[in-house]
Amino acid sequence: MKIAIASGKGGTGKTTVAVNFALALEDVQLFDCDVEEPNCNLFLGFDLEPVEEVTCLVPEINPDWCTLCKNCASFCKYNALAALPNKILSFPSLCHGCGGCRHVCPAESIEEKPRPIGMIEKTSSKNSLTFFRGILDIGEVMATPVIRALQRHIDESRPVILDSPPGTACPALAVMGCADYCVLVTESTPFGFHDFLLALEATRALKVPAGVVLNRDGIGDSRVEDFCRAEGIPILLRIPDERMIARLYSEGIPFIKEMPEWKEKFKNILKTINTVTCKSKGV
Amino acid sequence: MKICISACGKDLDSEVDPQFGRCNYFVLIDPDTGSVTSIINPGSEASGGAGIRAAEAIACAGAGILLTGSVGPKSFSILSEAGIETYSGIRGTVDFALKEYKSRKLAILKGPNTSLSNGMKKS
Repeated sequence: MKIAIASGKGGTGKTTVAVNFALALEDVQLFDCDVEEPNCNLFLGFDLEPVEEVTCLVPEINPDWCTLCKNCASFCKYNALAALPNKILSFPSLCHGCGGCRHVCPAESIEEKPRPIGMIEKTSSKNSLTFFRGILDIGEVMATPVIRALQRHIDESRPVILDSPPGTACPALAVMGCADYCVLVTESTPFGFHDFLLALEATRALKVPAGVVLNRDGIGDSRVEDFCRAEGIPILLRIPDERMIARLYSEGIPFIKEMPEWKEKFKNILKTINTVTCKSKGV
Repeated sequence: MKICISACGKDLDSEVDPQFGRCNYFVLIDPDTGSVTSIINPGSEASGGAGIRAAEAIACAGAGILLTGSVGPKSFSILSEAGIETYSGIRGTVDFALKEYKSRKLAILKGPNTSLSNGMKKS
């Protein structure tokens, strides 16, 4: 069972939900897939060790063999190659590693060399919670390959919670798309609702069943709830707009540690999800 | 050795566009013959690497001198590799920019004068 914690809008509480959810369950894995700003460990404080470096294959052109045909530069949709009258220049930071330039080179003058773009880390200490995270190097733009590399470390035999990047761009879709279920965290404000609809549309396009966690419940209005009732989307949990929860967040403490009554509520999310996904599989 | 000017339109009366990578056209003037030609900037609509496409295009069009406004680091590396002398500070029409260049009022660029993806901020 792979559960993605996602949202259209940023700052709705994905990491809060992911961390507390993971701590409430036993024998679970938590993967921080928000590789541009992996925040889970701010709340966990685990010692981490490197697992692997993530690389992207970028072209290296042998000028002795290059015939200056320009096929490579005109093929590259990301403009990572420039064909000057007497030389091909490459800009590795724009390269998406598709290998197309090498494929279209008639002179076989292009070799692909790995370029580091990020890192995968995991907990080094023995914890009941298995924690992995990906980190995209500063200045790099391709989050998706780091997310894909991170996902290869998932142990499919155990439940995993994936903390997704916000939005509905490629990195978020890479996380939502690999999940069996998507928990959409939102708040019932005009902005929260608007971006929730975008995220919901993404889960529908990806054919991943989705439910909602209403965060900061009590602020705004009832527009998310009304919508969910009309559409038959389950509201899995309501986290109230409470000072205690906000204070613990600001101190980097997962709130279930200080408010143990929430453990059961998070466990119930998994029960609901299991029921829904069993039904959708016809079990 | 053609003089190339980043512009909104195709001729001498067109307004200049100081955004090198994202301008619509490059107007090319041959100072020996006085001929004026133009090319569409293939980078103007690029999702990324606009300056790369723009610099490549003017190098292949035979530009030796570029009059523009802002040039980012990737574009600048191509321009210097191609041996194109770049001047910044253009304003007004293409014709006016050309006159300013000829009367040595434009400053030569020794390095990039803007950061990455600056052209994306164009309104």
